[in-house]
Amino acid sequence: MLSYALRRIAVAVPTLLAIVTISFALQRLAPGGPFDQERQLTAAVRANLDRVYGLDRPIVVQYGHYLAALARGDFGPSLSQRDFTVSELIAQGLPLSATLGLAAVLLAILTGIPGGIAAALSRGGAADYTLSALAALGVALPTFVTGPALALLFGLYLHWLPVAGWQRGAPRYLVLPVVTLALPVAAYLARLTRASLLEVLRTPYVRSARARGLGGARVLWRHALRPALLPAVSYLGPAIAFVVTGSLVIETVFGLPGTGRYLVQGAIDRDYPLVLGMVVVYAALTLTLNLAADLIHGWLDPGTRHE
Amino acid sequence: MSDAGAAASGLWRDAARRLWAERAPRAALALIAAVTLLALLGPAASPWDYDSLDWRHLAQPPGFTAAHWFGTDRLGRDLFVRTLHGVRLSLLISALASALSVGIGLAWGMLAGFAGGRTEEWMMRGVDVLYSLPYLFIVIILSTVVGRGSVAVLLIAIGAVGWLTTARIVHGQTRALKRRAFIEAARAMGLPTAAILLRHIVPNLAGTVAVYATLTVPQMILFESFLSFLGLGVQEPHASLGNLINAGAQEMESAPWMLLVPAAFLVALLVCLNLLGDGLRDALDPREH
Repeated sequence: MLSYALRRIAVAVPTLLAIVTISFALQRLAPGGPFDQERQLTAAVRANLDRVYGLDRPIVVQYGHYLAALARGDFGPSLSQRDFTVSELIAQGLPLSATLGLAAVLLAILTGIPGGIAAALSRGGAADYTLSALAALGVALPTFVTGPALALLFGLYLHWLPVAGWQRGAPRYLVLPVVTLALPVAAYLARLTRASLLEVLRTPYVRSARARGLGGARVLWRHALRPALLPAVSYLGPAIAFVVTGSLVIETVFGLPGTGRYLVQGAIDRDYPLVLGMVVVYAALTLTLNLAADLIHGWLDPGTRHE
Repeated sequence: MSDAGAAASGLWRDAARRLWAERAPRAALALIAAVTLLALLGPAASPWDYDSLDWRHLAQPPGFTAAHWFGTDRLGRDLFVRTLHGVRLSLLISALASALSVGIGLAWGMLAGFAGGRTEEWMMRGVDVLYSLPYLFIVIILSTVVGRGSVAVLLIAIGAVGWLTTARIVHGQTRALKRRAFIEAARAMGLPTAAILLRHIVPNLAGTVAVYATLTVPQMILFESFLSFLGLGVQEPHASLGNLINAGAQEMESAPWMLLVPAAFLVALLVCLNLLGDGLRDALDPREH
């Protein structure tokens, strides 16, 4: 188990470095700069701006400075949001984004997996049919459609919940965003769990457990559930990536001041340090969570440790 | 060879029959055809253009007034024409991007699976690394770099990240095929590698590739509208389902149709394409039944 963990870490670290390098290179080598959209600047002003932000140095030197600063946790100043450093913006937005993502993953696990089990156990019945149809819809609908649709229904027409916004952390404002973000993940988890539980229930060892006279619930808990949940656990990695990506849309739709909105706005404004900093933070987060998902999978299924 | 050809076309004919026998994929296919036809011919039937402004009918609900069948937006632009233009653009971009990404995925997966050894390991590890990243970052970085608004750039950006699943699946299949006796026989007969790949591996992968190509199209539609929704894809005054939905979401309090019309088209396309892909997979793989 330890060597498995070390091997996974040995892959994750160079990956992160590669992401930093590639995104740095792409952004700096591209035509167009952060000051292009402003009014025409005189050559002298432009040269001064470039000097202050270090944009006049050779690219290799810029890269070295960036890595050194990164090691200190310093992502540099934001070019579009003056008076803020990128680290400050990340620190402002991250708690909200992390809460949103974590709550969505938890909600998806708590609804999707039981839903899939229920569908598998009532195979062919009304519950199976309803749950499968819901799951098919949940997988197909994009968050930027379900988000506004839910806001329209529960916010504008029924007045149960606020349409959008963020009032100093009142949980009511998080309900719709979390549900929207959790919906596709829950639907996918339900599908995976249903399919794999049905498969496991057909295996010889489950049948022999039944033949030994064990009751349905006991067979399910003691024998069928653990192997049946493996595909859902493997999906946790992609699910995390999905939730991280989805949060960009959710934060835009519901007007939440999280990191996702800074990333999108930064990309529109060509704010290099901001986009780069956000990508590094998100990539580190995704890789860490993926690593955790891999380790849980390796723990549940010893076979994967010896790939 | 001619026997193999006959068997293969028989396989496809069987698959087509099985597909047609199922109700859901048949309905999906009909709806996709109808929407595509509407997108191609519909705008010509309307007196309005996608960017023409009608100052006398601003934010008008759907109806027959002034031939604004789906209503107008805040600027008085006709939503029937704009939505259908969006569908057209979405279908065009997603078809081309799917072709691009399935092509890359097929070539990558097949070469890796056939090469074996170190080469295979590194090629597939590369796929794993890219797979573990949220694709949107790659697209955001690419669109920050090359600028927004260009359809060609959008196409490359989404096509370039969509090939990973196809590559993985093709890789697995190629590895299995490589060990089969007929490949061994072809090699023993002295057939060059390129000929083995083209004549023996590719035809055997065709079913899988067809299924994944069909399932890639809705994904590409999703990528495109996702980016356009965020303001990183298709730019005003051009219409895409994504930027129409974004504009509609901001007006939904007073004019819900601005959101509901493009959203309905997007959802219908996505659901139908997914149903068609699933149906095709079942039709080509009867063992599943």
